[in-house]
Amino acid sequence: MSKTFIHVLVENEVGIIQLNRPKALNALNRKMVDEIVEQMEAFDADNSIRVIVLKGNERAFAAGADIEEMMEETPLTLEVLDPFAVWDRLSLIKKPTIAAVNGFALGGGFELALHCDLIIAARDAKFGFPEVKLGVLPGAGGTQFLTKAMGRRKALEWIWLGESMTAQEAEKYGVVNRVVEAELVEEEAMRLATRLAKQAPISLRLIKESVYKAEDLPIVDGKMLERKNFYLAFASEDQTEGMRAFKEKRPPTFKGE
Amino acid sequence: MDFQTIDYELIDQVATITLNRPSAYNAMTETMNKEIIKALKVATKDDSVRCIVLTGSGKAFCSGQDLGDIEKDTNHAEFLRERYHPMVRAINQTPKPIVAAINGTAAGAGMSLALAADFRLMKKGAKLVSAFMNIGLVPDSGFLYILPRLVGYAKAMEISVLGKPVSAEVAKEIGLVTELIEEKEWQEGVNQFTRKLANMPTKAFALVKKNMMSGLNQDVDVFLEYEAQAQRIAGMSNDHLEGIQAFEEKRKPRFIGK
Repeated sequence: MSKTFIHVLVENEVGIIQLNRPKALNALNRKMVDEIVEQMEAFDADNSIRVIVLKGNERAFAAGADIEEMMEETPLTLEVLDPFAVWDRLSLIKKPTIAAVNGFALGGGFELALHCDLIIAARDAKFGFPEVKLGVLPGAGGTQFLTKAMGRRKALEWIWLGESMTAQEAEKYGVVNRVVEAELVEEEAMRLATRLAKQAPISLRLIKESVYKAEDLPIVDGKMLERKNFYLAFASEDQTEGMRAFKEKRPPTFKGE
Repeated sequence: MDFQTIDYELIDQVATITLNRPSAYNAMTETMNKEIIKALKVATKDDSVRCIVLTGSGKAFCSGQDLGDIEKDTNHAEFLRERYHPMVRAINQTPKPIVAAINGTAAGAGMSLALAADFRLMKKGAKLVSAFMNIGLVPDSGFLYILPRLVGYAKAMEISVLGKPVSAEVAKEIGLVTELIEEKEWQEGVNQFTRKLANMPTKAFALVKKNMMSGLNQDVDVFLEYEAQAQRIAGMSNDHLEGIQAFEEKRKPRFIGK
């Protein structure tokens, strides 16, 4: 399966989206973002898919947004077109999403990675928001996601200076989950995806909702939501199977029902 | 290749970068810093290069920073950040083996350059001189980082502070250089050593270089994980398959560096 700017494939129960604009270092244009969002939603709705992996190529995950596409815009054309609104749909994906980052993840590319739940990075990957050097700022959630990930002071320093951070720095500040050799980024992402694909899907989805809400809700409300989700989990066959398998000292088989 | 302060030559998979300002004992200028970086980039990208040699033309290896460039109001930190750190990083990040062929005196930043290489060969009569303290400065360009890792703390302190030139014999004795080569056998000795390196499994070398240095600064569990990853990559390489096959067929392996 292929669209104009992405490749789509499925391995076992993992849905994989590969950004495919290699000549432009996978710079994101609007059609490409639309394709990514639509494919993410298609995987989210597909019962045979349990985890979604987003990857680029060896040189770049995605090296920013297509600048030419934006040069002639005015505040009003942007307001009417609202090109960043489509990104919000990425935050509604309920299945685990993993970004496998080789090479550059800059600007919109970094934002795309930050929209994923987990990030695996190559040792020589480079993350950054160079927007400030063009007289603008991140527009697809960069200031929000990075601040939540690394805290206000560090986020300000990075976004103000527009310098790129190494994978080691990103790991140190909790921006990425794991750093591995460049050759093994995809393998590591798939290793993690395969492990997640074996976990109870309903649990994963309820955990994802609860953890994300922890960033927005007051603790009392967050605890309430978690509690309701805990109770909801007991509606699943996977809960029955999980607890029975524990008692019978055998590994469980989860069906996502 | 069009360089002003260095020569770049590729023979038998060995790229030789020769510092070429013999009348100034190959003292480093801003152009030379940049040209060394550029040459390392060229050598890294060129698949036919499997070993890199740094050496000097004429009597000296490198006499360090050209003091003509230093002015009263020079900000030494900026000077290092802009000129030397990119060069040291380029040497550290080059995945191919880098050999400093120390053909004559290596002083100051010239000694730092030799220390940054993966191997050092030294001509009899050549000297390593940490000249920094003689002019009231501290050894720089990674000197104080790498030297104690190479020869241990006590020797590194002596060399850095006392400023006594390290002869080729002493350098060999304390493990600072791999081979001590007689003057008349110099070129032949350098060629033999570097061609041997050029025929090794270059990809595996890159993994050794990256992991050995970073391992000195990591705790063992982090390191073991990186070692596993390195072995996974090496295990998938052509050279590994060739090595196994040659072993079974009781012949010498022919590594291609991939």
